Amino acid sequence: MKIIKDKAIIEDTWVHYSGEGDLPGGKIIVSLEVWQGTDFSGRTVGLQLEPDQHPKDIRNDLDKLELIAINFPTFNDGRGYSYAKILRDRFGYTKEIRAVGDVMRDQIFYMQRCGFNAYEVKVGRDINVALEAFEDFSVKYQVSTDEDLPLYRR
Amino acid sequence: MYKYNENDQRIIEERAAQFRGQVKRRLSGDLKEDEFRILRLQNGLYLQIHAYMLRVAVPYGLMSSEQFRMLAHIANKYDRSYGHMTTRQNMQFNWPKLEDVPNILDDLASVQMHAIQTSGNCIRNISADQFAGVARDEVVDPRPYAEIMRQWSTFHPEFAYLPRKFKFAFTGAKEDRAAIKFHDIGFRAVKNAAGEIGFEIYVGGGMGRTPMIGKLINEFVPEADLLVYTEAIMRVYNQFGRRDNKYKARIKILVHELKVEEFTRRVEEEFKELGREGAVPLDSSEIARVSDHFTDPAYENLPENNVAFEQQLLDNKDFSYWYKQNVLDHKRLGYAIVNLSLKKPGVPPGDITDVQMLMVANLADQYSFGELRSTHEQNLVFADVRKADLFDLWQSLKDLGFAEPNIGTIQDMICCPGLDFCTLANARSIPIADQITNRFDDMDYLYDLGELKLKMSGCINACGHHHVGHIGILGVNKKGVEFYQITLGGDATDDAAIGKILGRGFPEDEIVQALEDILKIYIDIRDQGERFIDTYRRVGAEPFKIIYEEFSLKGAEL
Repeated sequence: MKIIKDKAIIEDTWVHYSGEGDLPGGKIIVSLEVWQGTDFSGRTVGLQLEPDQHPKDIRNDLDKLELIAINFPTFNDGRGYSYAKILRDRFGYTKEIRAVGDVMRDQIFYMQRCGFNAYEVKVGRDINVALEAFEDFSVKYQVSTDEDLPLYRR
Repeated sequence: MYKYNENDQRIIEERAAQFRGQVKRRLSGDLKEDEFRILRLQNGLYLQIHAYMLRVAVPYGLMSSEQFRMLAHIANKYDRSYGHMTTRQNMQFNWPKLEDVPNILDDLASVQMHAIQTSGNCIRNISADQFAGVARDEVVDPRPYAEIMRQWSTFHPEFAYLPRKFKFAFTGAKEDRAAIKFHDIGFRAVKNAAGEIGFEIYVGGGMGRTPMIGKLINEFVPEADLLVYTEAIMRVYNQFGRRDNKYKARIKILVHELKVEEFTRRVEEEFKELGREGAVPLDSSEIARVSDHFTDPAYENLPENNVAFEQQLLDNKDFSYWYKQNVLDHKRLGYAIVNLSLKKPGVPPGDITDVQMLMVANLADQYSFGELRSTHEQNLVFADVRKADLFDLWQSLKDLGFAEPNIGTIQDMICCPGLDFCTLANARSIPIADQITNRFDDMDYLYDLGELKLKMSGCINACGHHHVGHIGILGVNKKGVEFYQITLGGDATDDAAIGKILGRGFPEDEIVQALEDILKIYIDIRDQGERFIDTYRRVGAEPFKIIYEEFSLKGAEL
C-alpha cells in the first residue's frame, strides 16, 4: 500500500495487525488492547490510538514504540490533532506519527501542522491529489509543532 | 480599522483558491456532499431550504465604506439584490449559486474580506461591542485584541474540528453590549490597579436548547497570556468536550458536567504545561502594531453643544425623537454615535438592499470617516458623526428608511430567518416580526414602553436569542402547526438572566394579542420609570399569567 510520509509517496513498510490470526513478520501496528495484552519483545511495533484513548496513557511506553498511529474514524472528530501535538510538544516523541482512517486531502495541511508526518489516505482517494495539500497555504499565523514563532516574529 | 498586510492578504487569497478547488471537486463528483458539507461550512456556505446561503465575516462588526460597497456589488451581481445582517454582526446572502461562490470569495478578498469560519465546528467570526473605541464607558478598546484573536483563530490547525461551533465575544466597556456571558468564551478587557491590561474570562455561556450563563474562570489574564490561556481552554474542550451527542457538545455542557472548579483546574494545568513547553506570549510590540490600526480618526476640537443643532432639536419634534432614541453620546465632545435602524414594518429585521448599501457607504464617507459597524441586534452604526451634521444625516437616513426612531424599543427586535429560509426552523419568525412591527407602530406608545428587548427564534436553537429577550418568543411546531411560546425575564447584559417560559404557546393569530396583553399588564403595574425587565424582576411571572384567563386567549396544549 502507498502512503504519504515526509511529504512524499512511498510504499508502506508497516502492517496493521488486529490481534487475530498469525502474527505477521516485519513491522506491525497494533491496538492499545493488543499492545497491553501481548509480549512483543524483539519486535518492531507501532501503536494505534483511537479518539477515546489518550496519549498520556501510553506515555511510559513511548520509548518502546517506533510509530504512533492516530485513528480518525470520522474526519470531524478532531481529538487526534491535540493528541499529536501533545505527543510531539509535551512528550517529545520524535518518531513517526501517522494519521489513519478518514484521512483526506482537506485535513492533511492541519495534520502536518500538529505533528503528523505520515498519512494513510482514505481508500478510494487519489494519493497524488492528497499530496497537493501541503501547498494549500504558504503563510500561517500561529505557533504550532511546525512553527516555533508566530507570524509576526518570523 | 485594521488594514491587511501582505501576509494577511495572501492567506485569504489562498483560501479562496483552495475553496475554488473544493467546489470544482464537488461539481465533478469527486467530493461527496457529506464530505463537502464540512468543508463548505468552514467557509460559511450553508445549504438552506431553497438555495445555498453564504455568510460573510465582518470581524467584530467593523467595515469600511469600500467593503460595504463590495457587499452591495455581491448582492447585486450574485444574489437577489439584498443582504441580511445577522446576530453575529455578519452579512448573509440567501441566494448565491454554488458555482459563483469562488468568484464571490475572490471579490471579497479584493477588499480584505472573506467567509472564513463563519460556520462549522470551529472558532467562529469574533463579535464585539459595536461601540468599541467611541463609547464613553470604555476602559480598554477591545478591537486590537479581537483582531489579534481573529488572526490566531484563522485556520488554527488544532481547533478546526471541535466537538461543536465555538463563539468568542469581546468588550472593554463597563456595560456589556456584546453579550459576553452568552458566548463560549467572553473576554472583557480590564485594567488592574497598576494600570496593566488583562482580561476577565467567562466560559460556557450560550443559548440554544440548553441556555446557560458563562462562568468567570479567571478575573485577570494578563494581555501577554491572552492567546496561550485561550489555547489552554480550547485544548481542554477539544479533548474532553462531548462528541456523542450534538446537543451536548457545546463547551457549556462540559463546564456544567465537570463543574466549573474542575474545568478551571484543567485549564490552569494545561496553561502551565504550555508554559513549560515554551509557549510564546503575546509580544507588546505586536499589540502595539495592531493597536496602531485602531487609533482615533482626525477628530476636530468641537464644543459639546452646537447652537444650530440645539435649535433643530427644538424646531423639529421628529428629529428630536430620533436623536433621543437612535443617537448616543460619544467619548469626544461635539460628536455622536448614530444607530441606523434596520427594523421597520414590511421588511425582515436586518435586511438591506444593494441600493441602500451603496447609499449607506456614501453617507459613511460623508459623515463618519468612511467606516461603519454592524450590531448583534441587526442594525448598523455610524460611530463618529459631528453633532452639527446630525440633522442633515437624519434627513438622508429618513429617505433611506433607516431613521425609524425605534432603537431599543419593541420594534427593534432580533429575529432569526425562521422557517422561511432555514432547514432547522420549526416555525416562521419573519411574518410574526412583521405583525408585531405593524401592531406596535404608535411611537408614543413605544416610547412609553421604554427599553424593551424583544427577541424571537423560529426554533429551539435560539439564533434569535429569545432566551435573553426581556420578552422572548420561541416558535415551536406541534403536529404540523406552528405555535409560539413566550419567555419573560431574559437579559444579555451584566445582569445576565435566562428568560422563563410563561405558559402554553399561542397560535400565529393569537401571539401578537398575547404580547399586547402582557404589555398592558406591565403598564398597569409598573412603578414610575420602571423598565419592563425591572418590573418583571420585582413581581415575577405570576401577574402576567392572567392573560390565559382574562383575555380569551386559549393557547395551545404544549
